[in-house]
Amino acid sequence: MNKQLAEQLRKRSKAAWLERIGKIVSFSALALITLTVFAIIIFVASKGLATFFDNHVNFWNFLTGKNWNPTITDKSGQPEVGALPMITGSFVVTLLSALLATPFAIGTAIFMTEISPRRGARILQPVTELLVGIPSVVYGFIGLTVVVPVIRTIFGGSGFGILAGTFVLFVMILPTVTSMSVDALKTVPRYYREAALALGATRWQTIYKVILRAATPGLLTAIVFGMARAFGEALAVQMVIGNAALMPSSLVSPSSTLTSVLTTGIGNTVMGSLDNNALWSLALVLLVMSLIFNLIVRLIGRKGAMHK
Amino acid sequence: MNPKTANKIATGVLYGTAGTIVLILAALLGYIIVTGLPHISWHFLTSPSKAFTAGGGIGIQLFNSFYLLVLTLLISFPIALGAGIYLNEYAPKNALTSLIRTAIEILSSLPSVVVGLFGFLIFVVQFGFGFSILSGAFSLTFFNLPLLTRSIEEALAAVPETQREGGLALGLSRWETVIYIILPAALPSILTGVILSAGRIFGEAAALIYTAGQSAPALDFANWNPFDISSPLNPMRPAETLAVHIWKINSEGIMPDAKAVSSGASAVLVIAVLLFNLSARYIGRRLFKKLTAAD
Repeated sequence: MNKQLAEQLRKRSKAAWLERIGKIVSFSALALITLTVFAIIIFVASKGLATFFDNHVNFWNFLTGKNWNPTITDKSGQPEVGALPMITGSFVVTLLSALLATPFAIGTAIFMTEISPRRGARILQPVTELLVGIPSVVYGFIGLTVVVPVIRTIFGGSGFGILAGTFVLFVMILPTVTSMSVDALKTVPRYYREAALALGATRWQTIYKVILRAATPGLLTAIVFGMARAFGEALAVQMVIGNAALMPSSLVSPSSTLTSVLTTGIGNTVMGSLDNNALWSLALVLLVMSLIFNLIVRLIGRKGAMHK
Repeated sequence: MNPKTANKIATGVLYGTAGTIVLILAALLGYIIVTGLPHISWHFLTSPSKAFTAGGGIGIQLFNSFYLLVLTLLISFPIALGAGIYLNEYAPKNALTSLIRTAIEILSSLPSVVVGLFGFLIFVVQFGFGFSILSGAFSLTFFNLPLLTRSIEEALAAVPETQREGGLALGLSRWETVIYIILPAALPSILTGVILSAGRIFGEAAALIYTAGQSAPALDFANWNPFDISSPLNPMRPAETLAVHIWKINSEGIMPDAKAVSSGASAVLVIAVLLFNLSARYIGRRLFKKLTAAD
């Protein structure tokens, strides 16, 4: 009897086995996601760096060259893989759309949290959620059929270009920045508002001098997130930017971004060739920029946490 | 300036910006629906597309979109569920956990083109799946996993700690507590998260153009053998989805009625996403009422 009991107690119970298996299975799911992230970084980096190691393209020429024509070699025998036009295009549309979206997004967020929370929750919250939900190709299509013709009639030219891209991205990142700004403003403690109002400040003075300053790290994070989204957006921008790999000479001249060249190019090149590798280098630039945006968000978060 | 005047002006400006956003959405939705709805008919929704002549439909693309959505959710939901459970119930607070969280954050902020290119490299080229639904579903899984994992984790975290303590006090193991107590309690918000992610998958195109392909071969809807090339269920066939179709006909410009087809297709896409959004709220609320005592 004692022996049997000892045996039973020494064995793992069914529940303990289940616990173990459950823990292992759920951890492997998590490990799979993590490994995927590292795999993406390693694969894109190895393909993207091949341009410099296998095809011996000068890294500096790649970043600062103004001619993108990977199948042609220039006078010194180097292939023309200057990515500056695309890099400039990406940065300009990102910065312009963020500049345009920030006042609207933060203004709306203030309206939702400070001026009319009831209308904010009833009307504006669903509005921003719906705007997030509209697929990016639909934004691109509307850009193509509405924004581009309007720019064409006002400024002449083809209408395609950075200005059209900026407008499309403005509407696309607006809801993201707005909802994140709302979250940032909501974390400002209620007694800040009460203290300011008790000192006799008007509502606008309270917002401007107290709430906005207290929420600055969160608002910056929201803007950086919006920029990251704008930088990585592909199809909507590709449809309206004009797709000419030239240095943008004006806001309404056809140009291109990293993502637009990638979407149009990858299918037309042969794997392993120089023009294909050069495209992977552009993908690597995109990846690195997305990591940098992540890093900025983290730095802002740490700085914001220190103030508290 | 007098602070009171400044206050009035600022309030006016804030009303203006909030109004602008509402106007933008109203204009967008209005434009999409008004220009798109007239093109939608039973014929448009069911007939195959035509490349060079007018009068094509979006039948195959619509089916592909739904099929791809189902496959993607089938693959990504179990993984996200496991990851969410581990992160919320088991993960210790250490360097490894924070590394994993960082990795998930990075994945969620990667441009979808980059995810699509990775899928192209791995599934289409290395594994030799070619442009196929399967390659597309795996790529969309990567695209979907971080957000779905986060929403599942948040759903689990919202279940009160007392429920866990109750389960453990009854002698259940942690795993049993999660499966029998926490998951049912979190089910409504998990479901809401899944439906919202379905809307995102449905409209995604950039991750698909080089994985699921840009062609929609004719399908025989009477043939349900998944190994036959003309069968709609075959996961190895190239499958252009609705979102990719809109992009493609607009950037190639050889279809004479591209504009009409894309406004119709855009309206279908937006209406589908709206339905996903509305049903997510409705089902979540209904399920919550049914499963809990809350009223």
